[in-house]
Amino acid sequence: MSAPEKRDGFVVFDGVQKSYDGETLVVKDLNLSVARGEFLTMLGPSGSGKTTCLMMLAGFETATHGEILLDGRPINSVPPHKRGIGMVFQNYALFPHMTVGENLSFPLEVRGLGKSDREKKIMRALDMVQMGAFANRRPAQLSGGQQQRIALARALVFEPELVLMDEPLGALDKQLREHMQFEITRLAHDLGITTVYVTHDQTEALTMSDNVAVFDDGRIQQLDPPDVLYEAPCNSFVAQFIGENNTLNGIVKEIKGETCIVELDGGEVIDAKPVNVQKVGERTTVSIRPERVEANKSRLDDDAHTIKAEVMEFIYMGDVFRTRLKVAGNENFIMKTRNAPDQVRHKPGDMIEIGWMPTDCRALDHA
Amino acid sequence: MSQADATQAAPPKREKLFTADGTPLRKALERANRRRKLTALALVGPLLAFILIFFAFPIAQMMWRSVDNPQIVNALPRTLQALDTWDGQGLPNEAVFAALHADMIEDLDRPRREQTIGPLGIRLNYELSAARSAISRTSRAVQNFEAPYSDAFMDAHRLWGQPELWRIIKREGRPLTLSYYVAATDREYDEAGNIVKRPENRQIYVSLFGRTLALSLAITFMTFALGFPIAYFLANMPMRYANLLMIAVLLPFWTSLLVRTSAWIVLLQQQGVINELLVNIGLISDANRISMIYNQTGTIIAMTHILLPFMVLPLYSVMRTIPVSYTRAAKSLGATPWTAFRRVYFPQTLPGIGAGGVLVFIISIGYYITPALVGGQSGRMISNEIARHIQQSLNWGLAAALGTMLLVGVLVLYWLYNRLVGADSLKFG
Ligand SMILES: Nc1ncnc2c1ncn2[C@@H]1O[C@H](COP(=O)(O)OP(=O)(O)O)[C@@H](O)[C@H]1O
Ligand SMILES: [Mg+2]
Repeated sequence: MSAPEKRDGFVVFDGVQKSYDGETLVVKDLNLSVARGEFLTMLGPSGSGKTTCLMMLAGFETATHGEILLDGRPINSVPPHKRGIGMVFQNYALFPHMTVGENLSFPLEVRGLGKSDREKKIMRALDMVQMGAFANRRPAQLSGGQQQRIALARALVFEPELVLMDEPLGALDKQLREHMQFEITRLAHDLGITTVYVTHDQTEALTMSDNVAVFDDGRIQQLDPPDVLYEAPCNSFVAQFIGENNTLNGIVKEIKGETCIVELDGGEVIDAKPVNVQKVGERTTVSIRPERVEANKSRLDDDAHTIKAEVMEFIYMGDVFRTRLKVAGNENFIMKTRNAPDQVRHKPGDMIEIGWMPTDCRALDHA
Repeated sequence: MSQADATQAAPPKREKLFTADGTPLRKALERANRRRKLTALALVGPLLAFILIFFAFPIAQMMWRSVDNPQIVNALPRTLQALDTWDGQGLPNEAVFAALHADMIEDLDRPRREQTIGPLGIRLNYELSAARSAISRTSRAVQNFEAPYSDAFMDAHRLWGQPELWRIIKREGRPLTLSYYVAATDREYDEAGNIVKRPENRQIYVSLFGRTLALSLAITFMTFALGFPIAYFLANMPMRYANLLMIAVLLPFWTSLLVRTSAWIVLLQQQGVINELLVNIGLISDANRISMIYNQTGTIIAMTHILLPFMVLPLYSVMRTIPVSYTRAAKSLGATPWTAFRRVYFPQTLPGIGAGGVLVFIISIGYYITPALVGGQSGRMISNEIARHIQQSLNWGLAAALGTMLLVGVLVLYWLYNRLVGADSLKFG
């Protein structure tokens, strides 16, 4: 992730900082490069500066410091309407006084296209989002999902190379959201456009993106493909934010190469993979995914450390069992097991022993 | 019941529904809603009564007054009957004069408050300027009249010898009259009883209506031209500053009319601040001071100031609800800031412009006090003329006719606006 090699991406943030009030930095030293054709998602909790980054890229906010490059050219002083970036807003921002067709025609008219060219492009864009029959409706006559499609079509109709989307699916119900996630990724890949997508929904980020930049506190905490992000979070924030996660606090006792031994606060000893710890004696938070917790000793290494756990609650969820355990004083330790014929269904009060592969238990910074 | 049958006969045939205890569903629903309706009525009741008594009733009264014409019928029943056979040429015969005598004698015997000769004089005077003194002088002498009465009347006042007076009595001897409207439209009756235009030098009302319309349009446009940028500015600034500035906009509401008017006079008069300033910096010569008050300019300036808030408030409240994302979306689609404003932002402010425009226009078309104070002769509006007829010339019938025409005019304009733009798109706040 060294800066120089990344400067030749299609979209580049180079040392960008942003402050609204001159006192606090909303974006702190942002370095980011998006390759041509890439689907990059900015993921982070509300207030972490995602929208601000997107607005700086679109030209509606100016960077307090640093440079933004588009296709190698600095665009800090290019006004928004000359950047040629398609944008989908959270509330869709469809012009209420125009029909769907007029909404789509707008970017083509301001570019001076002739009537027949416009109509061709509008029809193609509407067909692309399966809304061909709706050209004469007003936005208010459409459902949320349909408005969403029109907003997408409008952002794409003038064939921009870069499209920005700010939580475009936030207002839709779950089923529609999942469907649109699929549609958007399909379109983005089919058209080969570069997409910068903002969301606070981690499932959305994982299912849609080539790369995910996890934002917190105005910084990128980790920038990686979804699988890496999920399986190998590089700090406690990312581990907590992405997916479900169990944490245990303790002190590093021993580090030997790829594994380390951590003594938990309750005195138990476990194996872990040192990720964010440097030396013996450091406090650490270890993180284990619920589905990697194993209660069946025969599936663990012979020399693996195990740890006692008390079953607090057993929830039958159909495809999986979700068992809440009390482990080393943590009463919210979750174990997820697949519903297989040989799987044990624990009862509250049972005392069991659990363990995990050392590689699945990551010793991170103390949160 | 027939309506219930009709809906039940509709194609997808539905059975009549009943509640658990067997009452028809429709009836049960009505009963449940009745209480709510009564509560609602009780809440709006006082205001409704207030409006009926102090608004609807006076307006109806005014409209009635513009055609009500009881004076001649009450005072001269016998005369009118005798006039039935008169052909309108020359003078009526002795029988008519005898009837007139009988009518006037009878009136003398009535108690003072019921006497009808006074109102008769006032009424006839609207049509013929000397009529009032003719009537009062005659009624003082009528007791001593002896036959032949025609000579006696003509001796008492020369007006009785003029066919015009008799034509008026015959024409207006009906309980309802159009004559106030005839006068209000700058027309009059000719000798044959046809309605014709008045001589040019006596026409006032039509051109006054025209001027009122023009001034109101000018004021509406001025408030729009000044108010739109202010409202835009206010709507796009942080709330706490916006509130502060809004107070400045509302200031005209909070200053007394006299203070405000004096301020205009100090500023605008020939020896006023603005003229002095212009003369001192040499922009105009001392002899060519601009007259900005006691004329149309004065009316426009002062009323624009006063009515500005009525334009700014609806505009502001509409603009507040337009999210920045619309303009941003337009720009991201390639529109220059001006195009984004013109094609995306401005059309969305139209409900506010319509509401502000209708408010300002309707208020200014009936505005009275400011034109009276700073309008001089050329800045007068129709309402000033109405007020003059109510307070000075005491011709309430004519005032009512003018007022009714103004009211109908406003309603017609509103109807036109509704047809062209749609009143449901108005947003007053
Ligand atoms: N126009 C603005 N003026 C002042 N502060 C702002 C403005 N927009 C955003 N902020 C602040 O910047 C921070 C980041 O906001 P934002 O970029 O919208 O975060 P996100 O999109 O990740 O939720 C927040 O603390 C927010 O209060
Ligand atoms: Mg945001």
